[in-house]
Amino acid sequence: MEQIVANGLYLGAQYALIALGLTLIFGLMNVLNFAHGQMYVLGGFITYAVYGQLGLPFVLAILASGTTLFVIGGLMERYLFRTVIKRSHREESTMLLAAATAFFFDAVILLVFGEKQRGVPKIVKGVFNDFGIILPYDRLLVGLLAAISIISFILLMKYSKPGRAMRALAQDRVAAQLMGVEVERFTMLGFALGAMLAGITGGLLVTITGVNAGIGGPISIKAFTMIMIGGAGVVGGAIAGGFILGMMESIGLTILREYGDVTYLVIFASLMVFLSIRPNGLMGKPWG
Amino acid sequence: MTDFSTLTRRALMASVAAFALIASSVGALAADELKIGFVGVTSGPAAAWGTSNVRSMQTLEAMYNEAGGVKIGDKTYMIKVVTFDDQKDPKRAVEGMEKMAQEGIHYVVGPNVDDGAAAVRPVAEKNGIVYFPYAFPKELYTAPASNAVLGMIANYQSGPAIYKYLMANKGVKKVAFVAANESDPLSQRDGGVAAAKALGLEVVAANDTYQNDTRDFTPVLTPIVALKPDLLVLSGVAPANAPLLIRSARELGYEGLISTETAQDAKVLAEGAGELANGFISVGGASTPEIASDQMKAFVAKYTTMFGEYNDESNTKVYALDYILETLKANPAAIDNVEEFKKTMDTFSAPNPYLKGDAKLGYVGTTSFGQKRQLSVPMVVNEYKDGAFQTLFVGTVD
Repeated sequence: MEQIVANGLYLGAQYALIALGLTLIFGLMNVLNFAHGQMYVLGGFITYAVYGQLGLPFVLAILASGTTLFVIGGLMERYLFRTVIKRSHREESTMLLAAATAFFFDAVILLVFGEKQRGVPKIVKGVFNDFGIILPYDRLLVGLLAAISIISFILLMKYSKPGRAMRALAQDRVAAQLMGVEVERFTMLGFALGAMLAGITGGLLVTITGVNAGIGGPISIKAFTMIMIGGAGVVGGAIAGGFILGMMESIGLTILREYGDVTYLVIFASLMVFLSIRPNGLMGKPWG
Repeated sequence: MTDFSTLTRRALMASVAAFALIASSVGALAADELKIGFVGVTSGPAAAWGTSNVRSMQTLEAMYNEAGGVKIGDKTYMIKVVTFDDQKDPKRAVEGMEKMAQEGIHYVVGPNVDDGAAAVRPVAEKNGIVYFPYAFPKELYTAPASNAVLGMIANYQSGPAIYKYLMANKGVKKVAFVAANESDPLSQRDGGVAAAKALGLEVVAANDTYQNDTRDFTPVLTPIVALKPDLLVLSGVAPANAPLLIRSARELGYEGLISTETAQDAKVLAEGAGELANGFISVGGASTPEIASDQMKAFVAKYTTMFGEYNDESNTKVYALDYILETLKANPAAIDNVEEFKKTMDTFSAPNPYLKGDAKLGYVGTTSFGQKRQLSVPMVVNEYKDGAFQTLFVGTVD
């Protein structure tokens, strides 16, 4: 049982990190970034190239992933989403744009990095084996880094000026504007941060689960599931959604294994019932 | 002095004549071009399966064309590979096969998966196309079906051979199965479970599955590893997932054997699992040094030059195009007549260019399908060790 709980917690931490960037962008811009998974994949491949292929330090590789996705996210918001939001009155337009960017990234990633699954050397070797729990040290380290990233992100959003500005925008865009918040600047910053989070997550997790060009879509879907559970646009909701999904998977795959693959059937059936009772998820909007 | 209008008329006539000459030359060239099609998955999570097909065909296309083409009957043909990405979607596979029919193509490699191969059957039969799927359902190859030719060893052929070998040589008694929750892997798992039980093995896990987009396999493997099987079979595992499953199993403390009946890639295993993949058993073609011919080595070198790195799945995928061409050489009337092709299959035999020794190409499948609807490719069972595959044993089917 201890192993099942440990698996669930570790999985939850992974998922929470994946969902954070998506929920930030949604909270700020009301845009479901369909390319979130592809940004994760790109971050993973950049870390693969810098750490796995060039042999440079892992920290440098993570910085490279984060920085690259930060820039890409900023450019996407500035030149694509901002333009569409200004010109179109329909919400579907941004969804379509987001979907198009997802397909675009899929094609580019396949072209540049190829079709094969890629992996990198372990950052830490060895396995923790005690108290009925088996957990490789590299997973412990990645879990710790994930926790640090989540806490840093929460502190940034709560106590820094840009963080407060982004939270204000997410709560009430017009009011924030009237209070002097530079909408365009902080929206761009928020999108860039969300993309950066996706890239850093991809870079961290490539050391555990590798990366390939085809996982972008499934990662996005998983992230959507988590924010549905926790509440779109809410940081705490994304974290809660991640841990809930992780625990449900870990427990379900053990308890329900004799019945074939019903774990996800149960998860999605539960999600449908839950959303019919609480359509905004656990924490819903507003922000905070 | 010739006036301007006469000059213009002459220039126009000369242009038309030149154009007609070029068009007829192009027309003549096109008549000596032999198109071979591919319909399969070259994008998404299973991209490696179809990409290894396409690249194998394109490598051979380049090698044959650089050597001046292929002589079939009294004509020499330049090979042209025409590809279509079906994205592992049966509806798109049907579109792809229809496109092949529109282009007058009679021989198509693919699709890569069960539902795609089944979906294209009516299109292939209606349009006179013989196709070479990498899908295992027996109904594709058993009469009254006759247009599909299995391009590789099926799991219900390799599985029993592997289990028997491991029982005899490694003392395997208890076996566990895990498969992705998709039709191909589930069907391979069910076949493997039946074969294991028929051999007297104790099957301790037969229902465990995972979503194909799973990235962390620790939760799904935790209860299986606790059962301490001697052999863990990864049924129908995609090359992208194999190293992750192996790594999770080993990190959970699993010490038994791990095997699969699908082709894998040594570099993917090395990057994803490193030394934890040592001892992993899979099925491959012929490129291990003990059995690869010079022609195989040349193919691998050309592939690597063209695409940057080799994919070990091509050890099996290399055969399809050669089988088509060699069968056409044996009966040139089959160039645009698949009934002639099917007749030739019953007695066809040619040297196997990719294996050392006097191995032969030929069609097999009588035991499994009641008719010869399978390429005879070597059943090479490999063991992964330190970044490369080593031949564990070589078997034959039918």
